[in-house]
Amino acid sequence: MGMTVVEKILARAAGQATVKVGDVVEPKVDLAMSHENAALVINQHKEVFEGTGLAPKVWDPSRIAIIFDHRVPAESPKTATNQKKIREFVAAHGIAKFHDVRGDVGGICHQILPEYGYVRPGYVVVGTDSHTTSHGALGAFSFGIGATEMASVWSLGVAVNIEVPATIKVVVKGEFPPMVGPKDLILHLIGKLTAQGANYKVLEFHGETIRKMSTSGRIAICNMSVEAGATSGIVPGDEETLRYLREEAGVTEAIPCVTPDADADYCQVVEIDVSALAPQIACPHMVDNVKPVEQVAGTRVQQIVIGSCTNGRLDDLEAAAAILRGKKVAEGTRMLVFPASSKIFAKALDRGIVHDLMKAGAVVMNSGCGPCLGVHEGALGDHEVALSTTNRNFKGRMGNPTGEVYLCSPAVAAASAITGVITDPRK
Amino acid sequence: MSKVIIALGNDISTDDIYPGRFMATVLPTETPQFAFFDRTEFNAQLKAKAFPPGSIIVGGENFGCGSSREQACSTLKGHDVAVVAKSIARIFLQNSINLGLQVVICPTLEACEGDDLEITADQVVNKTTGKIYDQVKLPAARKGIMDAGGLIPYTRARLMARA
Ligand code: SF4
Repeated sequence: MGMTVVEKILARAAGQATVKVGDVVEPKVDLAMSHENAALVINQHKEVFEGTGLAPKVWDPSRIAIIFDHRVPAESPKTATNQKKIREFVAAHGIAKFHDVRGDVGGICHQILPEYGYVRPGYVVVGTDSHTTSHGALGAFSFGIGATEMASVWSLGVAVNIEVPATIKVVVKGEFPPMVGPKDLILHLIGKLTAQGANYKVLEFHGETIRKMSTSGRIAICNMSVEAGATSGIVPGDEETLRYLREEAGVTEAIPCVTPDADADYCQVVEIDVSALAPQIACPHMVDNVKPVEQVAGTRVQQIVIGSCTNGRLDDLEAAAAILRGKKVAEGTRMLVFPASSKIFAKALDRGIVHDLMKAGAVVMNSGCGPCLGVHEGALGDHEVALSTTNRNFKGRMGNPTGEVYLCSPAVAAASAITGVITDPRK
Repeated sequence: MSKVIIALGNDISTDDIYPGRFMATVLPTETPQFAFFDRTEFNAQLKAKAFPPGSIIVGGENFGCGSSREQACSTLKGHDVAVVAKSIARIFLQNSINLGLQVVICPTLEACEGDDLEITADQVVNKTTGKIYDQVKLPAARKGIMDAGGLIPYTRARLMARA
């Protein structure tokens, strides 16, 4: 019996010829990512070394990445002090893959990792963030862990307790209709699988639609795989992966790709044809409460958010600007735009996208997580409704437990900004 | 034997257990005050220490879904409660084992607030209804971490063995 991509990656990283579902392995970690929660990782890491007589030390500073994104610039003295402590740690341990609060190299962790070529096909990537699943877009096995587990990785260089997950094969065919794209596909899939339908499993994406999809779109679908409970999403590396890493991330060394065996064993196969797919909306308060846009069209919206690690990339901003160009954001509705990284922000400036969005009335903010997790800018007022291109709509997610969050694509968000109500962009 | 202090539905998210707006607070000594913060009454009872140690939070399917924030486990551990749920989201389960929060997976469990439960080695007995439910055994590999008293002592031992 052959192996899936993730089985192959884990076998290599664990130094074994083969692995099978349910085996427990200790893969070497190729990249370990944290954001502001590195403050907690640092505490736990220190505690690991307590009483050992050894000086606290990380196994390999070149394999650690730390990106400030969740609360940038800091919203409180507490966050600012956490960031200060992390900066000191980074300097003391020689961690070069560090992205501070900056307008040139800053941004959201799940954008920075691909953008700077930190992730390669076949890597084992762990991150103290559930959306670390994003990096499966580049053919890596990439998953979220807690801060204590990261402290263990920093100490030992391996993930100590990984059970080889079963894999669901998702085969996508057909061409997206106008105004429908990767975000609609992943929302549709989550609705179909439910929020726990892929619990502990991997979603391995295949099919002509995925092959033709840009890395940006692949990041969006792998990013949200965790919303179906998946350990990871993964698109086996292909020509597009190589194109992205060479042309956009500037990688020059050889990039071997890992592909699944033809006779790999999947626990389930899901087939989706996108050629008749409508724009999809995840309704409050669960990501799997997914409906086609026509069922919720007309719902009044006070805040539109475009951004996040899911949909804050250049093509997303461009899609929104194309719809908003020459139009105005409706009165009574505010529109907030958060480019996923400073690089994207700069490109959007060069192309006039930022200008078009601002002229329409959108507020374009610095790169970062912004209102996505409700701790920073863009909180909702009591009983307000948001329509957002982010990835979660749990109660209280946008900072107010009485608020409601609907999730959608950039096209739906932009079309709805003009009308002030949830709007089908095809009309 | 311990009482069920709250019985929750499916898909209880980490935002529900520990809202994102308190994430700048990381110390396990400080996180307990924000447990289920937006369930105002329950949060107040937890803070007032209204429940004896070992009290039980019952969850449905997919308990602890959402973010990887470890505060969602440390906040509950700080109140010395146990979680018994039909199923538990991956990162939350791993974090619980790493931190030593007692979690029990019991797919067919039926229990209401106020019921008395007894957690045995491989079952959960609802003393109020008289029904007995099987636990799902945690994977063997995780036992090593639990036996060591959590991931920190476990990692420390591994580190010492290498040195
Ligand atoms: S943008 Fe939102 S989902 Fe993405 S890393 Fe930031 S907080 Fe998490």
